[in-house]
Amino acid sequence: MKILVPLKRVADPDNANKVKVAGTKLETTGLEWKPNPFDEYAVETALRLTENGAATKQRQGEVVVVSFGPKEVEATLRAALATGADRAIRVDVTDDKLDGDLVARALKAIVEKEKPDLVLCGKQAVDGDSNQVGQLIAEYLGWPQATFAGSIKSEGAPGKETALVVHREVDGGTINLKVTLPAVVSVDLRIVAPTSVKSVYTADGFKYPDGVRFAALMAIMAAKKKPLVEEKIETLAADTALKIEYLGFELPAARKAGVKVKDVAELVTRLKSEAKVL
Amino acid sequence: MDFSISDDHKSIRESVRTLVRSFGDDYWLARDHDGEFPREFHRAMADAGWLGITMPTEYGGAGLGVTEAAIMMHEVASHGGGMAATSTVHINLFGPHPIVVFGTDAQKKRWLPRLIEGQDQVAFGFTEADAGLNTTALKTFARKVDGGYLVNGDKVWTSTAQVANKIMLLTRTTKIEDCKRPTDGITIFYTDLDRAKRDKRIAVQLIHKMGRKAVDSNSIQIEDLFIPEEDRIGEEGKGFSYILHSLNPERLLIAAEAIAIGQDALRRAVKYAKEREVFGRPIGKNQGIQHPLAENWMDLEAAWNMVMKGAWLYDQHQPCGAEANSAKFLGARAGYNAALQAVMTHGGFGYAKEYHVERLLREVTITRIAPVTEQLIMSFIAEKVLDLPKSY
Ligand SMILES: Cc1cc2nc3c(=O)[nH]c(=O)nc-3n(C[C@H](O)[C@H](O)[C@H](O)COP(=O)(O)OP(=O)(O)OC[C@H]3O[C@@H](n4cnc5c(N)ncnc54)[C@H](O)[C@@H]3O)c2cc1C
Repeated sequence: MKILVPLKRVADPDNANKVKVAGTKLETTGLEWKPNPFDEYAVETALRLTENGAATKQRQGEVVVVSFGPKEVEATLRAALATGADRAIRVDVTDDKLDGDLVARALKAIVEKEKPDLVLCGKQAVDGDSNQVGQLIAEYLGWPQATFAGSIKSEGAPGKETALVVHREVDGGTINLKVTLPAVVSVDLRIVAPTSVKSVYTADGFKYPDGVRFAALMAIMAAKKKPLVEEKIETLAADTALKIEYLGFELPAARKAGVKVKDVAELVTRLKSEAKVL
Repeated sequence: MDFSISDDHKSIRESVRTLVRSFGDDYWLARDHDGEFPREFHRAMADAGWLGITMPTEYGGAGLGVTEAAIMMHEVASHGGGMAATSTVHINLFGPHPIVVFGTDAQKKRWLPRLIEGQDQVAFGFTEADAGLNTTALKTFARKVDGGYLVNGDKVWTSTAQVANKIMLLTRTTKIEDCKRPTDGITIFYTDLDRAKRDKRIAVQLIHKMGRKAVDSNSIQIEDLFIPEEDRIGEEGKGFSYILHSLNPERLLIAAEAIAIGQDALRRAVKYAKEREVFGRPIGKNQGIQHPLAENWMDLEAAWNMVMKGAWLYDQHQPCGAEANSAKFLGARAGYNAALQAVMTHGGFGYAKEYHVERLLREVTITRIAPVTEQLIMSFIAEKVLDLPKSY
């Protein structure tokens, strides 16, 4: 199976307090970057779907990672190559010239060229939280989609996978779907639990360590030799005008100080009269 | 002069960071409490190939330099693990250097891959109680017998001897009084460390110490231990010159570790100074709190630059003794001062284990003492750099 994983770098959410708002723009200079965690889960999922969990050095199929951004995003792509992805594509463009719709249309062009069996993405990027690219690509390609996957099992014969069984959590339960390949799937946090992904190569009952895998030193060195090509946004999308415009950003209001109650009686009174939860 | 950070160095740092961060403060606090060797951490680092970062590629290593190793160790020490985290892996990096440089192909094949994969762990038996920093005064003696040597003597501070299955042992094969120079007559071995043998040829006793509880240090007694000829590294009597090769890299790495621990403590202090409100203002608004932290930051950054300079020189095969020793001195002091200041910044809470800074202070202290003390570094600089008369 060939899988395409779009991968975005985001400002390190641990340092979100350093983000400054300048008019209708977020000031990004000086921020630390890291891969969007949900995209890292998507890469991990792609690796798990294209291997026998007991022999992770051998890839059964191909994983191609794509990112949009300036030269520096190559570090993010190399990191994905170091964990096991085979090839990388960087679409040369700066963040201010992108919106979710343009990303989805450019990805459509890449998909038409690469012909993957599956586009696997994170459910959303933790910077803008837009949660739209996966859905838009599916629409533009006319492919089936399954969003917020918590577990995935591939079906069919090795090398000839035909469908994916996807579980997604919803309020009060789970939905089980089967999507025919080619398809678009977006993943949620639970996908990196030890038994969430099962490929046609992996033995029943096999357990992965929790979370995404670490890049090994030798793999980091080897990743330097893996192919990383550059594409121009203009050749992928005829229309590069933005359809989504940010009008402004506001920080959440500062939290007001709490009150200390004397005793349980006062607490109950206040919960009744002020908070009105009792 | 180019201070930009290469993509390779970035990816080393980021990959090590991801791994190290998966072992949180709680993991290290628990090891500080129970004293168990951080096996899970050692395994994870070995599995990801980090133990081989400086080892030759022919034997499964990555063949990188001390610059890369310093970046790696800086990251290992940056996330709450202190010296317990660093010492778990540090010993592998340049300790086995005598094997790499002076071992035979057969020895390298026999020993290095197992070290890189983390199947073997090695302890270093150099220091002796009666010799102290005057290493050539060591008394452990290896007497030539048929097919090998019979070794007797005592070592002290031998770290990881409770968990290691190998030991690199510095011995005399000629008594100092029969040697032309005190550095002659010293021979180095890499051999099995078998604590379970019924006759207990090597007895190992734990030393209870101030910090780094999870990585043990010991006093060991060696009695009539037979070491086969094939476990001797290089020539008989030349051992002292062999260990010199690994001293400068080791000092640079210790410096990087001390700096990282100091920066870890400083980050915690800054965070606390912003959050803790007393007299209706964050304590960090007071210059009495800010200024020492600002000074810590400057000292740590300056020391880091000295580490990078020493590492660059070493990797360019240039002399780096002055820089490596200075980096170790400056780094350990800066790290120690920052950890101490972090405790003070936290006030009473800094004394509570829950805030981790008292542990970082206990962890970092050793970097001022080992592998060489501040006094000896100053004597070295005075004598070798300033050309003043030897003082001792
Ligand atoms: C936690 C820990 C782990 C260690 N791990 C290992 C290990 O794995 N393997 C190993 O071989 N060793 C190990 N060591 C030993 C370490 O390298 C020594 O403790 C260190 O080299 C200092 O030697 P010493 O303790 O004998 O000090 P001493 O030589 O007794 O010195 C005591 C003090 O006197 C000062 N002094 C001595 N001579 C002079 C002079 N001429 N001028 C001025 N001042 C002087 C010293 O600087 C020091 O302050 C470890 C030590 C510790 C604490």
